[in-house]
Amino acid sequence: MSIIDYDPSMLMAILPELLLLGLAMVVLAADVIWRPSQRRFLAWLTAGGMTAILVLALIFSRPDASQGLILGGMLRHDWMAFAFKLLFLFAGAVTALISLDFPGVGERGEYFALLAVATLGMSLMASAADLIMLYLAIETTSIPLYILAGFIKVDDKSTESGIKYFLFGAMASTVMLYGFSLIFGFAGETNLYALAGKLAAGQVSPWVIIGAAVLVLVGLAFKISAVPFHFWAPDVYEGAPTPITAFVSTASKAAGFAVLLRVMLAVFPQVEAEWTAIVAAMAVATMTLGNLIALAQKNIKRLLAYSSIAHAGYAMIGLVAISQLGSASVLFYLIAYVVTNLAAFGVVVLFARAAGSDEIADYAGLSRRSPGLALALMVAILSLAGMPPLAGFVAKVYVFAAAVQTGLVWLAFVGVLNSIIGLYYYLVVLKVVYLYRSEDEDKPIAVPRGAALGLAVCLAAILIIGVLSGPWLDWSLGASAALF
Amino acid sequence: MTLVQILFLLFGLVTLLASLMVVTSPKLVHAAFWLILALAGVAALFILLEATFLAVVQVVVYIGAIAILIIFAVMLTRRVMHDTGPQVNRSWWVALLVSLVLFGGLVLMLAQVPALAGTPAPLMVDQETLLEDLGRALVDADRYVLPFELASVLLMASMIGAIFVARPPSGSEERSGER
Repeated sequence: MSIIDYDPSMLMAILPELLLLGLAMVVLAADVIWRPSQRRFLAWLTAGGMTAILVLALIFSRPDASQGLILGGMLRHDWMAFAFKLLFLFAGAVTALISLDFPGVGERGEYFALLAVATLGMSLMASAADLIMLYLAIETTSIPLYILAGFIKVDDKSTESGIKYFLFGAMASTVMLYGFSLIFGFAGETNLYALAGKLAAGQVSPWVIIGAAVLVLVGLAFKISAVPFHFWAPDVYEGAPTPITAFVSTASKAAGFAVLLRVMLAVFPQVEAEWTAIVAAMAVATMTLGNLIALAQKNIKRLLAYSSIAHAGYAMIGLVAISQLGSASVLFYLIAYVVTNLAAFGVVVLFARAAGSDEIADYAGLSRRSPGLALALMVAILSLAGMPPLAGFVAKVYVFAAAVQTGLVWLAFVGVLNSIIGLYYYLVVLKVVYLYRSEDEDKPIAVPRGAALGLAVCLAAILIIGVLSGPWLDWSLGASAALF
Repeated sequence: MTLVQILFLLFGLVTLLASLMVVTSPKLVHAAFWLILALAGVAALFILLEATFLAVVQVVVYIGAIAILIIFAVMLTRRVMHDTGPQVNRSWWVALLVSLVLFGGLVLMLAQVPALAGTPAPLMVDQETLLEDLGRALVDADRYVLPFELASVLLMASMIGAIFVARPPSGSEERSGER
């Protein structure tokens, strides 16, 4: 194919990715050109750039039904991928906003450039339809995140976080790559949508496919921090710069789910029963373990880490229910979870800057020091706990409904029980914030304009998704129809 | 057993042993030299698989560039030449057990693949045609141009990260780190 008969619609499909790469370059250039006093605007530049890309993507690169596989089958340009792309761009923009003036990262061009590249990798993860593309996209997401987690070099905890994330991540992707190579060896094909047919035609024993599928699952379970591949999460979340913790726990996790959804539905229909059994067992273990360990946490970042492990478990319930409602509920859950957790971490960032602490006990008197922040934290935490009318509640309802619809009543039951355990530790945080007094009550907490904007957008999203869930669910259902 | 099988076992064994030495030898320079042997073993395996181009790439890029670069880096580093700490921690036997179970599982799984028992047919395509095809595939928008470009983005990001990590922290960073 020569350059002349090149189809521009293909380039429009990857417009967000191309623009993200451009944004990374612009940020690096601005870092060199701008004076040190101007560099704090890098956060605004990144957040504004990502918002602009989000708008442009909505206008120009909406998928239409005729497209499907593009660029030689490397990507699948469908609504599911597109919805995830918008989610990642949103998460990236909010992360940039809460990084504003964050000590050690707020004025570093490398930080924002790597953030943009990681977002690019996630967008490609959501749309990758080929094993090679998928692996490269996962690495393009992970490697910048390893560096970002250890970005504050003078802080030992941040360095430890970066190293741990890197070692665990490298191990998990090696195992996953081995699984990919086995699948390729059996099928002689790398395209996700052609694999199932080739595996069936090659009469590969189902046990062999399950073995390869489990190897692939290791890498993806690491990304979504599902039990038993969750060990890295608390340490990495605690040590990493808090905006990056927010980004890893939301966008990176959502990207893992995007891949799981696609791979599960496209590649392994032959071993669906065994595969769902494995994922169901992991979902139960993930929810229960995450919630039980979260009960004992004293540090808010560790608490949110275990809570995010538990949330991965809830979202996996929707994954087990292999149906259109199931995958729609996963998408819906992740959207609700991303906006909620970003808001929660936004408050943690602002509080740590003023009080210099992440201990839950130090949050005493927050309602008097900054009523606005306390309110934001309350909305976020209640949404995480699954209280109506917030986003977290409807999201849980749809996930459980999907499980019931496919006859997995017991799984929905376990999920509900777990939400009750979760309620306890979420309410303990609110108790400290609203009922306890502290000596620092007369010291107000400064909320910079950028972070306030990011928080306000997240809070508005939590309320809108929670109250008007109908259109969002229809939209998710439409997006997930593309996978079947 | 055919000659190819004997050679495969031989090269596989050498690669495995050398890789084991890379992670166990306490001296960094020794580890770097063992790494060269391990990489050469992989190159030999590529030749057995009739992937001669990959074998050449393996030698030129991995042995010629990366391993030599590692040796230079080790020589230019003044401290950490020798690892004095213990090489295993208390739970080494758990790791061993898990690895053995995994290995056993993989062997059982691969034993189920019927194609592995037979002898593979020799490659029918001309090596030069293959090489030309590989070159074209990497720049063809209908084949692998996107992964190829993504790999360059990935390398760029890694390079930015590597430079950032390797540079000693500046004064302003040290101050901001004391939160």
